[in-house]
Amino acid sequence: MPDHTPPSGETPDLAARRAVMALCGEARAEELRDALAALGAADDPEDLRPPETGLVMTRGRIGGDGRPFNLGEATVTRAAVRLPGGETGFAYHLGRDRAKARLAATLDALWQVRARRGAVEAALAPVASRRAAERAAEARRIAATRVNFFTMARGED
Amino acid sequence: MYVAVKGGEAAIANAHRLLAETRRGDTNVPELSVAQIREQMALLVDRVMTEGSLHDPDLAALALKQARGDLIEAVFLVRAYRTTLPRFGASEPVETGAMSLRRRISATYKDLPGGQVLGPTFDYTHRLIDFALAAEGEAPVAAEAEPLADAAHAPRVTDLLGRDGLIEPSAPDDGSAPGDLTREPLDFPADRALRLQALARGDEGFVLALGYSTQRGYGRTHPFVGEIRVGTVAVEFVPEELGFAVPLGEIDLTECQMVNQFHGSAEVPPQFTRGYGLAFGQSERKAMAMALVDRALRAEELGEPVGAPAQDQEFVLAHCDALQATGFVEHLKLPHYVDFQAELELVRRLRAEHAARHGRHETEMKEAAE
Repeated sequence: MPDHTPPSGETPDLAARRAVMALCGEARAEELRDALAALGAADDPEDLRPPETGLVMTRGRIGGDGRPFNLGEATVTRAAVRLPGGETGFAYHLGRDRAKARLAATLDALWQVRARRGAVEAALAPVASRRAAERAAEARRIAATRVNFFTMARGED
Repeated sequence: MYVAVKGGEAAIANAHRLLAETRRGDTNVPELSVAQIREQMALLVDRVMTEGSLHDPDLAALALKQARGDLIEAVFLVRAYRTTLPRFGASEPVETGAMSLRRRISATYKDLPGGQVLGPTFDYTHRLIDFALAAEGEAPVAAEAEPLADAAHAPRVTDLLGRDGLIEPSAPDDGSAPGDLTREPLDFPADRALRLQALARGDEGFVLALGYSTQRGYGRTHPFVGEIRVGTVAVEFVPEELGFAVPLGEIDLTECQMVNQFHGSAEVPPQFTRGYGLAFGQSERKAMAMALVDRALRAEELGEPVGAPAQDQEFVLAHCDALQATGFVEHLKLPHYVDFQAELELVRRLRAEHAARHGRHETEMKEAAE
């Protein structure tokens, strides 16, 4: 069986960084703007790579668990920035929102400043709670469509 | 043969202006927004993404608006757009077993871990036109229920069958990159990965008809729907500069696992085999048809008699792309003046020869009749 879990060598730091990246991806651009405003992040980052839209070929697996195959492409926008302190931040998001990718790259860079890590995570907490609430509500609507089979009559009994 | 001719510029420019005005329709009717198409024509958007082979709901909705709802024209626009973008790379294969499920049904097992979940489906509706939808009303509200504890863990039905060795295992990942028909032209015989890529972007109507043909006896595969699941999966990508998997976000997918009879061979005991379908969005009919045709195209590999259209990979793969098909069919309406002039000359000459050969005979017949 192929291993789909994060690499076992993944450090807690990397797991936390990936979680922040995932949160930025799910956020709306204005939520990221709010997060940066809450951080009071005035230090204007320099573009390491100006935001750019391109394609990533999404792959599935034959039979769901076998050899990979190319399902189709997806638009992806990426950005990379550098803070005056030298920290570099990256963002890769589905879609074509360049402004959002740059905001996310800035947050990724700020997260790498050890002293600001907690503050970045706190600034993104509203996104996490919004998404958690949406997921819970969705799960409740889906759960209502779950089938509860019961046997009405059995011929031979 | 094509010859450059001039003279149509003004007519073409004005035809495009007329198209723009016609696209808008009656200006007393409010204009459709792209967001409205994305939200309320969602299954059509999913189809444009699947056949356009590009996941981007907003872009697919915009293409549909521009194409006046013409599906293949929208696919054309999306495919043309993708050629303008650089390719960053390929994602990690998505993990459909960990899908956040919105729908999951099985026709082979009634009770299965994670349960059967209908989700938003047309199944079991009465297909009566709902005139209430013609009037604006309150937004409908779905029912809610407490999710059961096992809802988060829903293993694939094929995994359950696989534990007892009753179904063939999937070919293991050997780490090699799958072929990509958008990079190298399709060569026959194409392996299963390439076939699935072609079927995934293939025209739903064509793939559906071929799947149907296998059910009617043209390459029978004795299929059961092991499972259909619809939901969201996380997509991850490893950028070179980072060296770890970055979460790109979530996409909606539909997966169909078809479970098919197989009588076994000298080397393999009787066991079930698989047909596989995967599509962007909620594209259930497409995923099912794809799984039927995928299995039919494995006839040779499984030592089954080959001869039906759905088993002929050159026939299936060379004709399943709606854009290629429409390109060749629709090119017939472009000027063929010189081609046709040559044909005209030929027919005139043949007629003259025919008359010379039969002219005397006809004169004799006429005289005899008088």
